[in-house]
Amino acid sequence: MKKLKLLKMYMAGNTKLYLLSWLSIVIHVALAALIPLLIAFYLDHIIGGLAIDSSTAAFSLSSRLLEFFRDNGSGMILPAIIGLTLLQGLFLFLRGKLTALAAENSSRRLRNSLYRHIMHQPYDFQSKTQTGDLVQRCTSDIETVQSFMSSHGSEAVSIVFQIMLVLVIMIQISPLYTLISTALIPLIFFLTIRFFLSMMKIFLAADEAEGELSSALQENLTGVRVVKAFAAQQLEIDKFTEKNSTHRDKVMLILKLMSRFWSTSDFLCMIQFAAVIAAGAWGALNGMITIGTMIAFSTYAGMLIWPVRGLGQMMGFMGQAFVALERIQEIFDYPVEDDETGTIDIKIAGDIVFENVSFAYGDGEKVLDDISLHIPAGRTTAILGATGSGKSTLVHLLLRLYDYQSGSIKLDGTELSTINRRYLREQIGLVLQEPFLFSRNLAENISLGRASASEQEIMEAAAKASVHDAIRGFERGYGTIVGERGVTLSGGQRQRIAIARTLFRAPSVLIFDDSLSAVDSQTDASIRAALQRDRRNVTTLIISHRITTLAEADQILVLDKGRIVQQGNHDELISSDGLYKTVWELQSKTDDETIDSIISV
Amino acid sequence: MMIEEQEFSKKIDFKVWKRLLGFSKPYRSLMIWLVAQMIFAGLFDAVVPLFSKYAVDNIVLASRPDRLILMSIVAVLLIAAQAVNVRYMVLRAGKIEAWLPYDIRQNAFDHLQKLSLSYYDVTPVGWIMARLTSDCRRLGQTMSWNLVDLFWSGFMMLITAIFMLILDWRMALLVLVTIPLLVWISFVFQQKILHNYRQVRKYNSHITAGFNEGITGARTIKTLAAEQEMADGFGKTTSQMRNFSVRAATTAALYTPLVLMLGAIATGLVLWSGGIRMNQTGIMGMTYGTLAAFVSYAVQFFEPVRQFARVFTELNYAQASAERIFALTDTVPAISDSEQAINIYGKQEGEEGKAEWPAFAGNIEFENVSFGYENGECVLENFNLKIKAGETIALVGETGSGKTTIANLACRFYEPNQGQIRVDGIDYRDFPVMWMYSQLGYVLQEPHLFSGTIRENITYGRSDVSQEELESAARTAGAHEFIMHMDNGYDSEAGERGNRLSAGQKQLVSFARAILSNPVLFVLDEATSSVDTQTEHQIQQALSRVLEGRTSLIIAHRLSTVRHADRILVIDNGIIAEQGSHSELLKKRGYYWRLYTNQIVKGSLTE
Repeated sequence: MKKLKLLKMYMAGNTKLYLLSWLSIVIHVALAALIPLLIAFYLDHIIGGLAIDSSTAAFSLSSRLLEFFRDNGSGMILPAIIGLTLLQGLFLFLRGKLTALAAENSSRRLRNSLYRHIMHQPYDFQSKTQTGDLVQRCTSDIETVQSFMSSHGSEAVSIVFQIMLVLVIMIQISPLYTLISTALIPLIFFLTIRFFLSMMKIFLAADEAEGELSSALQENLTGVRVVKAFAAQQLEIDKFTEKNSTHRDKVMLILKLMSRFWSTSDFLCMIQFAAVIAAGAWGALNGMITIGTMIAFSTYAGMLIWPVRGLGQMMGFMGQAFVALERIQEIFDYPVEDDETGTIDIKIAGDIVFENVSFAYGDGEKVLDDISLHIPAGRTTAILGATGSGKSTLVHLLLRLYDYQSGSIKLDGTELSTINRRYLREQIGLVLQEPFLFSRNLAENISLGRASASEQEIMEAAAKASVHDAIRGFERGYGTIVGERGVTLSGGQRQRIAIARTLFRAPSVLIFDDSLSAVDSQTDASIRAALQRDRRNVTTLIISHRITTLAEADQILVLDKGRIVQQGNHDELISSDGLYKTVWELQSKTDDETIDSIISV
Repeated sequence: MMIEEQEFSKKIDFKVWKRLLGFSKPYRSLMIWLVAQMIFAGLFDAVVPLFSKYAVDNIVLASRPDRLILMSIVAVLLIAAQAVNVRYMVLRAGKIEAWLPYDIRQNAFDHLQKLSLSYYDVTPVGWIMARLTSDCRRLGQTMSWNLVDLFWSGFMMLITAIFMLILDWRMALLVLVTIPLLVWISFVFQQKILHNYRQVRKYNSHITAGFNEGITGARTIKTLAAEQEMADGFGKTTSQMRNFSVRAATTAALYTPLVLMLGAIATGLVLWSGGIRMNQTGIMGMTYGTLAAFVSYAVQFFEPVRQFARVFTELNYAQASAERIFALTDTVPAISDSEQAINIYGKQEGEEGKAEWPAFAGNIEFENVSFGYENGECVLENFNLKIKAGETIALVGETGSGKTTIANLACRFYEPNQGQIRVDGIDYRDFPVMWMYSQLGYVLQEPHLFSGTIRENITYGRSDVSQEELESAARTAGAHEFIMHMDNGYDSEAGERGNRLSAGQKQLVSFARAILSNPVLFVLDEATSSVDTQTEHQIQQALSRVLEGRTSLIIAHRLSTVRHADRILVIDNGIIAEQGSHSELLKKRGYYWRLYTNQIVKGSLTE
């Protein structure tokens, strides 16, 4: 029942195509089975001159048609065979084309909806899942299902129908010989299924060994500097050798088992085949069957034995496909984040008021504890705090990446939790500390999917982020491909591209989550100056460790363990003891004694 | 930039195959066995239709029931022989399939460890990965199963043709007439099909990349509210994939019907002329059994032809794979032991010769060093610098000014194009490469950790570390405390690339790692950029202890880090613009002073 549901999920929207493809499979198989019949008839009744009896008539051709064949003799055989083959070929082609079309459509639909589903997951989705595993589900699992649906599945349909058809014909000709010709077939079938089901685990283990091999390789290649600097080549070679030989042994194990299976099943199949011929010869000798029947039976036995073994293999694949489908379904079972509801009916200027806001991740400790503050519109507010003090969480709440659990946050007078998430994120630009660049060119990274973006706008955003000149310096300028498959940028360059990307979207509120840490202080200053010049009235929040950055803000908040411990401007904060003053002194004083005295306090 | 590489070679290059055969030397007897077994299997397959013929002609029509038992015994024996043959054939081919890629991979990996950074600068990791995974796998399959298929199909075609000619040469010619056409169609289609298949794989890798990016970049996408745009972009990729796949499947779906038609024509011809001749007697007459056997030969002929065409095309791809792997293993390491070094210290394999290596005091001298990267950009010209043993040198300057290059040259990750770098007064090219590397402690801006435990990461590259040494290094780096707070202490997993640790924690671990290696030359490349101010201060404190008595090079943006250096060098466009101690440089009121005052609050220093 559950499996049917999974299958329905996969086939949704393409049911008609699947039905059509299965229809062409059935027609093709029927036509293919007709041809040996025709040959047998020809050998028996036209060349052999036997009378047409009831068993022949049962081939479902009308006796008048058979007589016509017989009377017109050998002249008809060529066009008849060619005509039938032509028809058979046509349906074979349709079968290939339609199954591919249906399976490809399904896969495309599934891929797109998986992607969308992942895009609309809540912010903490990543911490709940493993990227590698997720990617594998989205790619190889879909491929497994697809290859099953497009080749193995349709093959299975065709084999099942072929077996039924051939069995019906054989039984009509001779029930006894049918029994002899199929005696070993159930054994072959179950042996094969059992084998391939038991192999699934071993295949998986081999895949995993290969995955580990590539991870080891990748780690070595990306860490090549460290390997060299620690003269650890030999250690790395040893590590790699271990993975490499594990993988080799897993492959060898598969082939060992395979060799046992193929030889055993080959033996059984061929013995069955030999039995058909021997029994046929014996029957023909005793006049129980005709020579034509004997030859037809050996053909039919061939149409049964090998396909049945194939079917067993298909059942193994089917098991795999259902496991894959289940793994895909598990992704769909994660609920998506709601970004449809909520008001979009406010003009955001950036006046933000926190009132007694508390927040904890899951059941953990409070990360924000009873926070009340006012961020005035159009001003710059800076936040200082140690790692884990709750700075990032505070700004994450503003984009509704997480929802606060108690208290109230008002954005321009509207309760934040009633505002549409997507709208909010379009209006509030957050630059993350570790920016992610996409594998595309720089212009596309800055405009990110906005087709309407003009070159002018992109360059302006880049200029404001002080990265225009650096981009110009690249051989391909804005066309330079970055990201995983492109040029490697320095940390500072990446951060500046990320800033340009956010500025390009012209948000009403700008948040820098320690996103200037990797640029030097001069560049930092020039970026901030450009922002000042350009849009004096943008509400800006800056999280930073850099005192020069903090000092210029209209308001500075100092966070410690989820609470605001200090608040004020630079001059106010350096006149009272606290974290801000400590950091300021650390970063500005030159003589060692002062520093030591600060630290020892 | 995606590297669009050549997927297959048009021309057969015998040199490549000769080298490949060289690689398969250990498996040569296996391969010969395999070919012999293949011939037996081919013979067996070709003999099968003869059984039907024998049963019809020599048993049924001849009314000789006694022969039935004889035939059955022969058949069972042959079948048993074939089953054993199949068993060992799969084993032998499997052995090659598993071991040959292992050998090639191992060889390539060993070589990779010898290549210098200049190679890694210009070669994308993905490219190397593909060489050692899919290309190696393909070669393994080629030298085992493709070999099997090639010989089987070639032999099958030959023997089937011979059997038919022996049975009845006139009728055989009738069937063989269709063969050239069959071969031609097969080659055209198999090439097309395989090419399409590769294309589909390529599209598929775009889809994988798309998912990978969408998942790892999900947070970024969310903060930019760009879900829709990203999904639309991805939708284009999946549509391309679908359209191309369907087109490829359509081409493939055409092939079998065409071959069937040819088969049908051959079968029809055999039956038709056979029918006429059955009614005749004498030389033109033919037996019932022969006719039946002919029909099965005619039908069976197309399978080996298809195989042959497919394998032949596969070989083109395999050759390209081999060429790419050889390109990797043929790359000469830009930095390797000079003849001079080998003469003095012998050939170095790993760290075996370590005992005979001289001690390194830590004096480094750049004399008229010029250096440029492979892309042609000249970074240093006639650069001179003398670093005394135990001296702490700080390098400051803008991105791209050449700071990292100087450090890389000092470490011998690169060698000067012109000029000399002397360590303790001797050109470092006269020493083994590993000698220099084993003296280094190196901490990078983005710390690279390996999967495995924290312990394994700190003791990286050393096997003989006691718990005390380990803890003392971690304490010095300020990492001990957070490590002890982890679930399994030093045996906690760091995660893939250390991703279970925060950026700052990773840096502390990599710092401990460098301390533990007890280096003579210590290099910190922007090592404190990603940690917060207090952690940085902790590291500062540790540094003063660690750097005691060592030569060190510190590259930093944060000037608080460089303040304590014995000498600060301001690097501008590959030259030393200013140098001196912190206070000396501040007095100069030059570049360093500007840089410094910019970093501190206005008014705090200018008085």
